[in-house]
Amino acid sequence: MISPVINPVFSWNVVDDIRTMWAYPFMVNAFRAGAVVAIVAGVMGWFMVLRRQTFAGHTLALSAFPGAAGATLIGIAASYGYFAFCVGAAAVIALATRGGRATGPASSRVSESALTGIVQAFTLACGLLFVALYHGFLNGTTALLFGSFLGITASQVVTLAATAAAVLAVLAAIGRPLLFASVDPDVAAARGVPVRALSVAFLVLLGAAVAETAQITGALLVFALLVMPAAAAQRLTARPAASLLLTVVIGFLVTWAGLTAAFYSPYPIGFWVTTFAFAVYLAAQAVQGLLRLATPHLAGAPA
Amino acid sequence: MSILAHPFMQHAFLAGTLIAAACGVVGYFLVLRAQVFTGDALSHVAFTGALAALVAGIDLRLGLFAATIGVAAGIGLLSRRGRADDVVIGNVFAWILGLGVFFLTLFTTARSSSNGTAGTSVLFGSIFGLSARDAVVAAAVGGGIIVAMAAIARPLLFASVDESVAAARGVPVRLLGVGFLALVGAAAAEATQAVGALLLLGLLAAPAATALLLTARPYLGLVISAGLGVAEIWAGLALAYAAPSLPPSFAIIAVATAAYLAAYGGYRIRRGRRARRGKRSHLASSAADFRVTAAGARAGLSAPALPRRGPAQASRSAQASRSAQASRSAQASRSAPGGPARARHNGPMAGPAPQGAEPR
Repeated sequence: MISPVINPVFSWNVVDDIRTMWAYPFMVNAFRAGAVVAIVAGVMGWFMVLRRQTFAGHTLALSAFPGAAGATLIGIAASYGYFAFCVGAAAVIALATRGGRATGPASSRVSESALTGIVQAFTLACGLLFVALYHGFLNGTTALLFGSFLGITASQVVTLAATAAAVLAVLAAIGRPLLFASVDPDVAAARGVPVRALSVAFLVLLGAAVAETAQITGALLVFALLVMPAAAAQRLTARPAASLLLTVVIGFLVTWAGLTAAFYSPYPIGFWVTTFAFAVYLAAQAVQGLLRLATPHLAGAPA
Repeated sequence: MSILAHPFMQHAFLAGTLIAAACGVVGYFLVLRAQVFTGDALSHVAFTGALAALVAGIDLRLGLFAATIGVAAGIGLLSRRGRADDVVIGNVFAWILGLGVFFLTLFTTARSSSNGTAGTSVLFGSIFGLSARDAVVAAAVGGGIIVAMAAIARPLLFASVDESVAAARGVPVRLLGVGFLALVGAAAAEATQAVGALLLLGLLAAPAATALLLTARPYLGLVISAGLGVAEIWAGLALAYAAPSLPPSFAIIAVATAAYLAAYGGYRIRRGRRARRGKRSHLASSAADFRVTAAGARAGLSAPALPRRGPAQASRSAQASRSAQASRSAQASRSAPGGPARARHNGPMAGPAPQGAEPR
């Protein structure tokens, strides 16, 4: 929110600028944390976009807020609250909607989106209650919702990296069947892939990743890092490995550029990260449009 | 009736009643059309719109209504059949939320002394803080939304349940979709004043989802949804009045969630009983499922997400040879008349068919 140093000026001498920034240990920590967050959110977001679970992802992202507020209220470390609420909300959505995805009758899609919306509203209402019960928390509210890259300690970065490694390890273990189940659930189910169990596992994993990411970016902006790089990358290529890699690269660049811009300007990191990411997304849309124009014979081909 | 002796309670009840009824009616169609995520997006747009108005120094409501109705109509216009892709919506509103943070910073740095809590009250509402004039305006707009919804309810229901048949009968499906979304935007702006931008989804989704669990008859469901919304906001206001440490927005949403849970529990018990009564339990249970959400099932079948997801997925699974263009062409060819119409016509006849039976 507040410019950290006495008005640093961006000189366009990039090497010097980075040296100025990295002279502050908290900025180095912020860049490290940003890198970890970008990778985890990118990879998880890639699956989320592929599975069209943006609404569930957004709901999980928002449940980070009551988690942190509740943990502050009862006086435990905020990260416990983040994990409890995000993973809890993921479990509720996953179990109540048969895996969080319309796998049953088509009517389940209707009730699923309504249920996700109710979970979201209720968790946020809980957050409001916790904030109201914990008086004098008002300034912290915006930090919880919109994030703050100031004051990240080195030990936090280590914890962050360890959790990220755990999340990515689990994802690597279930990655192949999950990709299969995401792309074609019916064929996967017919081949004996446990589609529903994978859906539940994925949502819980997404909850864990969100809980981790939200500690740095704030509850409202995790979603930006989850959805925007992945959506842009999937516009550009349909190859799974290439677009996954591209997602991570875009997320990484956007986060670091956002940190730099936030350091050198009075405006918050959330604004910069979402703006850069949205610009990349629009550019990807434009490239896709140009590609379609360049290959008209493919655009008209039957499915 | 000492609770109504306070002017602020009178204002809250007056505004809350019509806001809740409007949200109940709009939300019913929102849930039926599986567009709850659009409502979610509009809640964040409301935050940005309100803060932009605060920064510009104009009436907060002006920013609210302009932003939500504008974005809602934009979503309707840009998407095919008035229903946009969730990923596109997600991208747009994530950025709009980022803009909201930008305005929040501008606002707090510019006039931190005068009104520092404005950001929080936009996010979480302040229904007890409504003035008499605010309440009358909110009630009038709420009434207007209800009247407009009543005017389009019949064709909109037709278009929501079976879009292609409605289109074939000459119902202006696209115009209805856009008009409906504009009304959703207005309802979101209304609800922001009552429970705040972050919680308005509860007012939109919870009474409607509860009503859909209670009855499959659309007009009855519509009335139940509006009535539930009103009852929930009354109960929430009374609860917040009785226990002053509870914020009114929390009380309202908590009551709405409890009502949904109760209806869900009742629905499961009814379904379980029916399943036990029948000899072939799985058939009976799926029949009950179909009966209760029959309208929802048809709406779900005509919802774009399933057919839309289809071709893209198929192309990805077979994408060794075909590349992105193939999936794009598949998406493009969806607008060809044959495909989607066929997909939809199978819907009501197939009943609660497993998803695999739908043509993709």
